[in-house]
Amino acid sequence: MTIEELREIAQKEREKQGQYQHHIHVCTAAACLSQRSDQVKDALEKEVQARGLGDSCQVKSVGCLGLCASGPLLTVEPKGQLYQNVQPDRPEDISAIVDSLAGPPAEKLALSPELPFFKEQKKIVLENSGKIDPERIEDYILAGGYEALLTALTEMRPIEVIEQITRSGLRGRGGAGYPTGLKWGTVAKATAPLGGTKYAICNADEGDPGAFMDRSVLESDPQRVLEGMAIAAYAVGATRGFIYVRAEYPLAIKRLRTAIKQAETLGLLGNSIADTTFSFKVELRLGAGAFVCGEETALIASVEGKRGNPRPRPPYPAQEGLWGSPTLINNVETYANVAPIIRNGGEWYASIGTEKSKGTKVFALAGRVKNTGLIEVPMGMRLRDIIFKLGGGIPDDRKFKAAQTGGPSGGCIPEQFLDMAVDYEHLAEVGSIMGSGGLIVMDESSCMPDVAKYFMDFCSTESCGKCIPCRVGTVHMHEILRRVTSGEAKPEDISLLERLCETVKNTSLCGLGQSSPNPVQTTLKYFRDEYAAHIDEHKCPAGVCEMKKPESPGSEEPKTKPAEVGA
Amino acid sequence: MQLKSRPIPPPSGDKRWRIVEGTMRRHGYQSHALIEVLHTVQESFGYLDDVALRWLAQAMRLPYSKVYGVATFYQFFTLKPQGEHTCVVCTGTACYIKGSTALLNAIETSIKIKPGETSADKKVSLLTARCVGSCGLAPAVVFDGAVAGKVTPAQVAERVEGWAKEEAKAVAVGEP
Repeated sequence: MTIEELREIAQKEREKQGQYQHHIHVCTAAACLSQRSDQVKDALEKEVQARGLGDSCQVKSVGCLGLCASGPLLTVEPKGQLYQNVQPDRPEDISAIVDSLAGPPAEKLALSPELPFFKEQKKIVLENSGKIDPERIEDYILAGGYEALLTALTEMRPIEVIEQITRSGLRGRGGAGYPTGLKWGTVAKATAPLGGTKYAICNADEGDPGAFMDRSVLESDPQRVLEGMAIAAYAVGATRGFIYVRAEYPLAIKRLRTAIKQAETLGLLGNSIADTTFSFKVELRLGAGAFVCGEETALIASVEGKRGNPRPRPPYPAQEGLWGSPTLINNVETYANVAPIIRNGGEWYASIGTEKSKGTKVFALAGRVKNTGLIEVPMGMRLRDIIFKLGGGIPDDRKFKAAQTGGPSGGCIPEQFLDMAVDYEHLAEVGSIMGSGGLIVMDESSCMPDVAKYFMDFCSTESCGKCIPCRVGTVHMHEILRRVTSGEAKPEDISLLERLCETVKNTSLCGLGQSSPNPVQTTLKYFRDEYAAHIDEHKCPAGVCEMKKPESPGSEEPKTKPAEVGA
Repeated sequence: MQLKSRPIPPPSGDKRWRIVEGTMRRHGYQSHALIEVLHTVQESFGYLDDVALRWLAQAMRLPYSKVYGVATFYQFFTLKPQGEHTCVVCTGTACYIKGSTALLNAIETSIKIKPGETSADKKVSLLTARCVGSCGLAPAVVFDGAVAGKVTPAQVAERVEGWAKEEAKAVAVGEP
């Protein structure tokens, strides 16, 4: 495969798609699929055929269109008109969409692309998402896919590729934000053991509850991740790659398998890619529901077929990783950023974002916010803009209480920091982390000690049990939080909880334990009055916790409202 | 090191073992494929039993303790047979905020099973997931592999009761 042949494929695909005047793009990512978007597609196809428009209108399944809350979503190209909530069993919906091909947009279902939710986004990782068919490599090639890989292979030396990545300022999108160029450089310099090889691993074990960016990228544009991995492998000298993906994402697995097969058939993966000496084979490895496997050393153990126990670092995987060989591990979103950087140059990427956090970040916006879904914004956007402009604010005119980033390893950000710029540094300053990009909005109906208890329950069950601070500490922190939320806690429990947080944070082996106190510490810092209300007044201000009656007579009647049900 | 001995025959003539053998063969009976093979067993049989684990240990030349250790470490693997229908309630953060606890309570009141349990008639298994990644549609429930979004307690109760009643009908037909 040479770059000319690649362009030929693109040209053929362009001609093929050019036959059609209209294109209906139906989202078939998991969220819309669960709202029966596959049936919408079938119904549209039938309607188009029935009206004899089969030669002028193409119905295509595409990846995520972003606004998952209003699914099933579709767009009608070339006008780019968006439609929401199209139901397969409402024939009037289907015929209205097909009517709109020749006439004005169907008012009832139309969704303006001018909405801030769409307008304020800047798409790099998601540029093809919602535009190309994730199960056809030709569509990806038409969108400029694999040009970056072939350019890198034929015109750039590995060191030059790393230089571009370093210049771009790209930082690991898995959460910790380690500079990607630096990591690549370390792996490139490391030597593989005699007879061994280096490895490139893609961490697609998106275990953070409330995060679905990686799933969407894999379901919408799997080829881009493969291309990014291949470029990375070329840069660091790896010849084998593994994608470690959660077994909970069957659709992503299926689309990745298809993507790998198609890329291999075209000679874009496998032996002697683009007639060079570079070979790269990619295999899938399924996770099995262990959160700790998102940690790189645990992930490596799991790829080796072992229990996912982390090990102390150093040696870092860049020196000694999979089967003792130098191993590059990056997150899905990191790899997805690689091809555009090579195509447009590192400076271009570095021109987006803030001084220390470059580029864009994909967030999964969920919880108590009107527009739940997937967004990609430049680094440094204000939290207020993300939640109130793009997210459309809180439903039912309730009051914003906190935003949670980084899953069980992150913290709860209160209202006073709404004007904060969202980047690695600022999030760390307020005690949270960027994490993989889950952003959960909470309103006054959430009880913060209860949220802290929820995350601690998560960490204590997901702790692998290898090191004591995490295994025992998380259980005890959970027990104290249980006492707080049931009205049994004593005032001294808070200082005990604070001491435990410090101990677990400082002495745990891996990131899971080290970051598990974050939700507790941030809620203690910013919502201490809620803890106090639980302990001193035996009252849950949000009305979530079922409090036991206080022992001393005469104090206030405890609230016993049942757990809040979706509003 | 690859031993040159013959593959160990499966524990029974059940054809599903061939699928499992296929996975092992594809990975050259290498020990690092253990998790992949366990996935195949669970896909084919629905759960991992002791017979399967012991055979895998022999066939892949691994200590039984290691196979058992891996099978019990990962939450996705189950060592108990599942009911005919499975209901997985997502307890991810977004679903939690939007009331997944109420869904679990509704199921518990309606068919009297808790997460991780299977109803006495082996009809319905209730599981929880850490996050199914459908946070935009929270709270989400996976009914027999199909994700449903924005589920209400009434809907989930109706669905599992429907499954439970299926059983009642089947028994009624079976017993004259």
